[in-house]
Amino acid sequence: MYAQMVKSEATNDDPEKLAEFQAKIDADIKIEPKDWMPQGYRKTLIRQIGQHAHSEIVGQLPEGNWITRAPTLERKAILLAKVQDEAGHGLYLYGAAETLGVSRDELTEMLLDGRMKYSSIFNYPTLNWADIGAVGWLVDGAAIMNQVPLQRTSYGPYSRAMIRICKEESFHQRQGYDAIRKMAEGTPEQKKMAQDALNRFWYPSLMMFGPSDKDSVHSAQSMAWKIKINTNDELRQKFVDQTVPQAEYLGLTVPDPDLKWNEERGHYDFSEPDWSEFFDVIKGNGPCNTDRLTARNKAWDDGQWVRDGLLAHAKKKRARHLAAE
Amino acid sequence: MTQDEAFLQFLLRMGDNTLILGHRVSEWCGHAPVLEEDIALANTALDLIGQTQMWLGLAGEVDGGQSADDLAFLRDAWDFRNVLMVEVPNEDFGRTMMRQFLFDAWHSIMLGRLIKSSDERVAAIAAKASKEVAYHLERSSDTVVGLGDGTAESHDRMQAALDYLWPYVGEMFASDEIDAEMAKAGIAPNPADLRAEFDALVQRVLADATLTIPESEFAHKGGRNGKMHTEHLGHLLTQMQWLQRAYPGASW
Repeated sequence: MYAQMVKSEATNDDPEKLAEFQAKIDADIKIEPKDWMPQGYRKTLIRQIGQHAHSEIVGQLPEGNWITRAPTLERKAILLAKVQDEAGHGLYLYGAAETLGVSRDELTEMLLDGRMKYSSIFNYPTLNWADIGAVGWLVDGAAIMNQVPLQRTSYGPYSRAMIRICKEESFHQRQGYDAIRKMAEGTPEQKKMAQDALNRFWYPSLMMFGPSDKDSVHSAQSMAWKIKINTNDELRQKFVDQTVPQAEYLGLTVPDPDLKWNEERGHYDFSEPDWSEFFDVIKGNGPCNTDRLTARNKAWDDGQWVRDGLLAHAKKKRARHLAAE
Repeated sequence: MTQDEAFLQFLLRMGDNTLILGHRVSEWCGHAPVLEEDIALANTALDLIGQTQMWLGLAGEVDGGQSADDLAFLRDAWDFRNVLMVEVPNEDFGRTMMRQFLFDAWHSIMLGRLIKSSDERVAAIAAKASKEVAYHLERSSDTVVGLGDGTAESHDRMQAALDYLWPYVGEMFASDEIDAEMAKAGIAPNPADLRAEFDALVQRVLADATLTIPESEFAHKGGRNGKMHTEHLGHLLTQMQWLQRAYPGASW
């Protein structure tokens, strides 16, 4: 899940229009950009889609960290293709957000000055090559868990972006699992890398679903609007149930001594992540927050002359074209 | 030098160019000036790495069963046969795109000839690669023109990039006994014969970009025969080869 703790906006629109709007949502009629929508719906969506887009962009960094050190040409090619897809996802999502009346540049500025967030997971470092496998397997796996239901979300452009994104994400998850499987089946050192990656990424992956439902104050409104389809805890449980057998297959140990199958519930029981760590990361105190934002700001600032240059050229070209007519 | 030995050197030159440039371009991941450029740079790097797999794959076959990965990750600097231009650091986006343009211009002309190679394997690789490189050239030309003919700052940066890179251009057209052997066998053209077409292309684009080609005809050399590389290559290899070197024999 690339959007966490998205604050729902209260809305004080005309009650009649609100009721009509809710009826459309309840009837699974998609809301399109030109349709009337409550201010709160619009603002919440901008925040959610924007956060999702920013996550795709910042998410290039932990993976980019290993592109130049990928151990084979094939792994390097796969990783490049994946990171390219992610930048593309950012592009569709900014496009979807723009239909709500906010520009990509405005959203970018809010990311760069810290007014908008991106997923907490990208504030964790990638320290060994198996982390690249773990990111695909666990992080993309958790993202898919959230994004598959979001294909049915009420806002048309967001839902359509999700349909395209989900197709590519499943390839990402498969390549990640394949990369970590190769490590888990490899030399003792490689196996150690794979276990180390799982140890570090397990709880941060669980945090991707956001705080426990009992502490998640914004969910109800978002669920009524079908901006959010499942609760945080539902998705987290589903993720654990899916992932534990995969880890067992790899011969890796999930770093949770209390993890066990609960026959009665038909689910795994598992330990909650350390939520104080999560709130630290959200507040900017994760291991990589400062570095990630510094890198994005540097890319943006260093690129100013490029954007200005290309824009100036486009204007000159247009002027010459008009003069020639 | 036998024809087989010359053929191996030729394949290493092609594959090392795409490997080292692909690596350099991939360093941009997540740091480009605008999202569309992040995508385009990753895509270019991906194409170049794909072409490397084909050229070095064939080189490995010719060389008695080494894999493309063995050649990429287990050779030292003196074994590399790429032109020096692809080794130089990215510096700013302007230098990166100017280097890409100068390389693409040579690459597209070279691949156009290799499509007609007497060696079917070479012709097949060239046919696939030339489609990708036609797109690279279109994009790098547009960017060089856009930035050259953009603001005063972007113009100056592009001129500085051209001034820095121009002494590295000549090496792409230097011919030696390996090239003579390849030309004689009809496998590859003599690089010197590509220069006129390159000059025409580059002059047209750089004129549109309002940039001035330096007058000096001095050319750095040594990469294509491995006698001299830049100091930058060793650092690049240190990073690229680290895992393979640190954990020999592992399968990834």
